Amino acid sequence: MAEGIRDKVAIIGMGCTKFGEQWDKSAEDLMVDSFSEATKDAGISTKDIEMAWMGVCFDEVNVGKSAIPCSLALKLPFIPCTRVENFCASGTESFRGAAYAVASGACDIALAMGVEKLKDTGYGGLPDFGQAMGTRNRMLLPNITAPGAFAMMATRYFEKYGLTRDEGKEALAKISVKSHANGAKNPKAHLRREVTVEQVMRSPIIAEPLGLFDCCGVSDGSACAIVATPEIAKKLKGDDFITVKALQIAATSGEELLYTDWDGTYVKTTREASRRAYAEAGIKNPREEISMLELHDCFSITEMVTFEDLQISPIGKAKEDIDAGFFNLDGKIPSQPDGGLKCFGHPIGASGLRMIYECYLQLLSRAGDRQIKDPKFALTHNLGGFPAMSVCSVGIFGRK
Amino acid sequence: MIGITSYGAYIPWNRLQRQSIFQAMGWYSPFTYGIAKGEKAVSNHDEDSLSMAVNAGANCVSGLDRGKIGGLFLASTTLPYDERMNASIAATALDLKSQVSAADITGGLKAGTTAMISALDALQAGRMNQALVLAADSRLGKPGGAYEHMFGDAAAAVLFGTENVIAEFKGSFSLSYDFADQRRASGEKFNRNWEERWIRDAGISKILPEAIMGAATKHGVNPANISKICIALPADMSGMGKKMMLTPEKFQESMVNTVGDCGAALSVLMLAAALENAKPGDQIVVVGFGSGADVLLFQATEEITKLPTRRAVKACLANRKELTSYEKYKVFSGIEDIETGIRGEAPAASALSVLWKDRRAIMAYVGTRCKECKTPQFPPQRICANPACNAKDKMEPYSFADKKGKLFTFTADMLAFTFDPPAIYGLVDMDGGGRLWMDFTDVEVKDMKVNMPVELSFRRKYVDKGRGISGYSWKAVPAGKEAN
Repeated sequence: MAEGIRDKVAIIGMGCTKFGEQWDKSAEDLMVDSFSEATKDAGISTKDIEMAWMGVCFDEVNVGKSAIPCSLALKLPFIPCTRVENFCASGTESFRGAAYAVASGACDIALAMGVEKLKDTGYGGLPDFGQAMGTRNRMLLPNITAPGAFAMMATRYFEKYGLTRDEGKEALAKISVKSHANGAKNPKAHLRREVTVEQVMRSPIIAEPLGLFDCCGVSDGSACAIVATPEIAKKLKGDDFITVKALQIAATSGEELLYTDWDGTYVKTTREASRRAYAEAGIKNPREEISMLELHDCFSITEMVTFEDLQISPIGKAKEDIDAGFFNLDGKIPSQPDGGLKCFGHPIGASGLRMIYECYLQLLSRAGDRQIKDPKFALTHNLGGFPAMSVCSVGIFGRK
Repeated sequence: MIGITSYGAYIPWNRLQRQSIFQAMGWYSPFTYGIAKGEKAVSNHDEDSLSMAVNAGANCVSGLDRGKIGGLFLASTTLPYDERMNASIAATALDLKSQVSAADITGGLKAGTTAMISALDALQAGRMNQALVLAADSRLGKPGGAYEHMFGDAAAAVLFGTENVIAEFKGSFSLSYDFADQRRASGEKFNRNWEERWIRDAGISKILPEAIMGAATKHGVNPANISKICIALPADMSGMGKKMMLTPEKFQESMVNTVGDCGAALSVLMLAAALENAKPGDQIVVVGFGSGADVLLFQATEEITKLPTRRAVKACLANRKELTSYEKYKVFSGIEDIETGIRGEAPAASALSVLWKDRRAIMAYVGTRCKECKTPQFPPQRICANPACNAKDKMEPYSFADKKGKLFTFTADMLAFTFDPPAIYGLVDMDGGGRLWMDFTDVEVKDMKVNMPVELSFRRKYVDKGRGISGYSWKAVPAGKEAN
């Protein structure tokens, strides 16, 4: 059994742009912005970076294919640069590439870049999935959208646990209210207004039973990380760095759709990736050991089932923890302290790295108004695809 | 013995109330007040003559062995393709074997009866043992005209064969005239007509008696012994009965105020309705009219009492939803263009080479079943998805289109583009195994319930206008009321 990469990779610098409708900036501009912040933070220059990864999903509507837009925009001097894509988990895939390069000894310092510019399609919501699902599926599958695909999980969850539509929607609303309260404190968030449970519950339906405020925004943004060996981190930053405790990803085997045991109230890839991540990080009791969560709250229902899939809340009992304020900023395990996808929106390639950015700030006590007291382990959860057909990354971070 | 062995029908569930048309257009055409009665069946936004024909065919061959069908004759004047054999598309959708002789029969309203004669000819010639006839039409009348009231959409199907014949074929008689009562030039959307009094006096009242008496004389039938006569015209034709010693109750009702004039499908639909009530020994006459006339003579046999109940006219008439929005009708039928937004303009990908390769999956909803663990899977897989099995290349074809299932979960999506928002889709667990991710149609959100029984219906999934392609597949619908 391989020993994993626990404590073999350090994050020495990170950058994150303001997320939002960046009408006047290109994806390239956004990459330069986050890159400038990260290199300054790390105290290195471009020539110190030996390898780079770039995560972007809907390349057709923004930078185009290949890693060249990244190497070209950042003027990376003919180093290895690779573009990765794994639906909404693309940001963490970029980070995984860079982290594995350092852990393997292939290089000492690597860049993980994530970027997405979604707002040039001319309409709201994510770009049409039709082209993204492959030539055969386009002719077979319904004309699905992301809200619709996740809404089906809410329908199932309410049914299984006997929640009326109103009871279920109220639990989901509290998730969004909590994230908005956090996002309001974050100058880099896209949506910075607090909302009430009533507002969320009364928001127009996007995909039954999910309303507008159950859905994350669609925005432009970039985030990146510079990773290095712990020895270099020590030399450059003293104690001011964090390390990767675990980095796992799980892609579906197709069981959920093709083999009918899956009951539709959980995400199997989250369960698989987190189980492996806890083992890699040496975490035995997540509810007691994890200090904060940055989850893939593309929709409120996703965050709800993720609480259970990560073994934080007992199965079917997330509502009790939500009602008790367990995940609020002042709760036992704050979830989405930065506002989450809910308030940042979801520039796909950037989101996974934006989550790590918040863990980084919190673990290094740099989160200002949002600072959590003495966090030990911070967890990111980056989910691509749909509940019935997904790919999920789970990362765990901490101080050395 | 050669004759009918099964039958089926398909009538779209939307029934446009004719008063809604009159309320919208009566200011322009007050003369339509007299015909603005009852309702007419109209296609949903995802239906056309081809999709309706396939559903009628599926209802007709339900429970029967499709492998014996050697011919498919598709009658319609409103087929989606001028070039690309529509009957071959239907044969693919019905998962018939490839050794099938398929033909489109079109050009006039007697296409329905002409298709039946062609099928019977093929059987009599010994060219095949079973032939399926599908007939469908969805013609449009221009807003403000009488045809807008009269035309309705429907499909019907008849299976002919040599075994288990429920109605023996006794003979046919055909006339062909270029009597241009109505017409539609290539590429035109709406029908045009000549004066109605001329159609009645110089056409119908001369050509029909000539055809019916011609058939009677040729085949030695005494009109007085006829049990039911199906005259495919959207009117009460019993007035012409006197001359032929036919009492009014012998005229099969033409469903003017429930379905409307469904063109080439009307003769077959009326035959299906007659068969639903026929007793052994009944003599049934079918008359198709348009550019001449065809007459077919049938006599019901004892076998008709043994055929399991078909989903035909009674069941289809009962499965209905009143449509009172004239505007919806205009959008669904393509008469009116609407703002689809940029999302709705996104080009539909139609890789015809992929459609060809995966035609059984896409067009017939044939998936795979693992021969080792018996798990049905869709879309088709090579490696079994059952984690306890994972057998490789041990799959056999498995059809889902003719099976029922239960709704596992669903949503009603306001973001996805559809001509009838919200887009309802969900996961369906099929009886016998297999989980399908499907669009829903012919249902309102309020009627969607987890665990409700559902079945499949063949639909037009998209129209790729840029490439001139209509894409089809199966959607889920609430399980229909069984034929009574």
